[in-house]
Amino acid sequence: MLYQLKIGWRYLTSNLLQTGLLVLGVAVGVFVFMSALIGGLAVYLVDQTVGDVPHVTVTQPDIAPARLYTAADGALIASENATGRAAMLRNTGEVMATLRQLAGITAVSPQIVGNGFVTCGAVVKPVGVIGLEADEVSSIADIEGNLVAGTAHLPIGSVLIGRKLADALGVDAGQGLRLRSDQGVETTLTITGVFDFGFDRLDERTAYVNTKTARGLFGMRQGVTQIALRLDDLWEAPDFAADAANATGLDTGLATVPWTETNEQLLSGLDAQARSGDIIKGFALLTNVIGVASALLLSTYRRRSEIGIMRAMGASKGFVVMVFLTQGGLIGLVGGLVGAGLGWLALSPFPPPGEIEAGGFPIDVGQGGFGLAVALTVAGALIAPVMPARAAARVDPVRVISQ
Amino acid sequence: MTGGDDFLHVEAISKTYGTGEAAQQVLKGIDLSLPRGHLAALQGRSGSGESTFLSILGTLMQPTAGRYHMLGQDLLEVSERDLTEFRNRHIGFVFQFHHLLPDLTALENVMFPAAVRAGRETGKARRRASELLARVGLADRADIRATALSGGQTQRVAIARALMNTPELVLADEPTGNLDRESATQVMQLLAEINEEAHTTFLISTHDDKIAGQCGDLVYLDDGRILRGEA
Repeated sequence: MLYQLKIGWRYLTSNLLQTGLLVLGVAVGVFVFMSALIGGLAVYLVDQTVGDVPHVTVTQPDIAPARLYTAADGALIASENATGRAAMLRNTGEVMATLRQLAGITAVSPQIVGNGFVTCGAVVKPVGVIGLEADEVSSIADIEGNLVAGTAHLPIGSVLIGRKLADALGVDAGQGLRLRSDQGVETTLTITGVFDFGFDRLDERTAYVNTKTARGLFGMRQGVTQIALRLDDLWEAPDFAADAANATGLDTGLATVPWTETNEQLLSGLDAQARSGDIIKGFALLTNVIGVASALLLSTYRRRSEIGIMRAMGASKGFVVMVFLTQGGLIGLVGGLVGAGLGWLALSPFPPPGEIEAGGFPIDVGQGGFGLAVALTVAGALIAPVMPARAAARVDPVRVISQ
Repeated sequence: MTGGDDFLHVEAISKTYGTGEAAQQVLKGIDLSLPRGHLAALQGRSGSGESTFLSILGTLMQPTAGRYHMLGQDLLEVSERDLTEFRNRHIGFVFQFHHLLPDLTALENVMFPAAVRAGRETGKARRRASELLARVGLADRADIRATALSGGQTQRVAIARALMNTPELVLADEPTGNLDRESATQVMQLLAEINEEAHTTFLISTHDDKIAGQCGDLVYLDDGRILRGEA
């Protein structure tokens, strides 16, 4: 093996320009840039889309509408379509205390959620109302970090609205508006702050109020609608939600809904993107394999008389095969390392996906998959010479020596 | 050509290329025994089958029929792997067009048969290769790449390489065919000296009567058959 490696190395270094181009071709095909870009894009999209929503929501499941007739009766089934009020989570204190003990949770926020209309003059806009504890305003959505006017304080009788809603209503921080809940309760609120998340759902259709204000609006004297959780790792949300009931012993029939359940389209898109990336990476690898194979096949042809001499001198077919396999391995190893190094150098100047400006590349160097890329490149380069090596081993020494 | 110390016997060796109407019989039942330590010339008109016969003796080609024994082994009955090993240990080659490995130095080329056998270039092989290069007058060219050597030097390196594993038989196919008269004479003198010193058996294919005349024995092939068995 050592001697085959030496011969392979000599072959590669005998034509440095050709070998350099081959290594460069392999290096360019190393897919760290693609992995970092696709991984970074996923991080960026998820951060942008679900960065300001709960990772897991604990709710009391909606009450199932009562069946008025059963199918067995052979009659038309009629049911009560809605209860008219969101199900209430009553034992909030106990549930929250238990949840806070779980590992991986960074924030727990009890919320009262409902719908309503805000009016200002003749302008009426539908909104989703979220009632928050005054001291935990930014624990789930980073309202404070996205303020464009006013403050993030949320005393009773105040409201925080988005930039687009404020523009539509023609109001700004410090001014007032009227909010009418779907329970028919109407109140006047002072706008303490205006935020801009960059998402219409929040900026145009959400109003944050104090929990106590929300209790009045939705007639909830006790309990909350939901408890919103944020986790260290948002990708743990599905497992966390699945295990939460068992882990907490809260076998109370509460529903734990991860963000992934309510963002299936995003996940589907990310999955499709990842698969597309895998296909592109596969083609890059295949191109590398074909490139190395064709170069070595050419080398086999060019060196057939030398191969014949080696065989005449007592080199086995296995020896000849190994000479070419080691060449492929060396090309793959050097090309892979050079590619990974160049990739790292090229990717390093890019800011992390969470810090990019509009129009920038969401590159995540950590997702470059450097080790895997080098390993697959070497593996590909070891597969590539199999055909040329077998062709070399089949060289008839008599024929090539006499030529 | 037979003797009491024959170590190589071929019997009724024939070789046919192609099949059917395109079949061409090149060797037609050759019997030959080579004693140890002889320097023999193999001559014949072009196309009379010398190269084919040398290839068969060198185990690079299988005959169509016949028997081939060397050092007590039936070389037509062993596996390709064993044949390769046998060739490495017991047979040396010198070719007309030198055929050194161009990316190796003169010393590395000489060491090649031993390195293939050992899997690496040992110190012992390096010393023997250096001795052989000195023997062929090229001690000062040891570290020169094969491509930088002259024709005569290349052929002398090829001779050193053929002797590296101390083979019992060296087959030389037109070893002087590509050299000028002076280099050819030097190469033949060298082969004769080594034959004298090491008692290695040489079978040298040549079309040059002068070269053939320097050999103790002559094997003359004509139309695939041996006409004469002695010089």
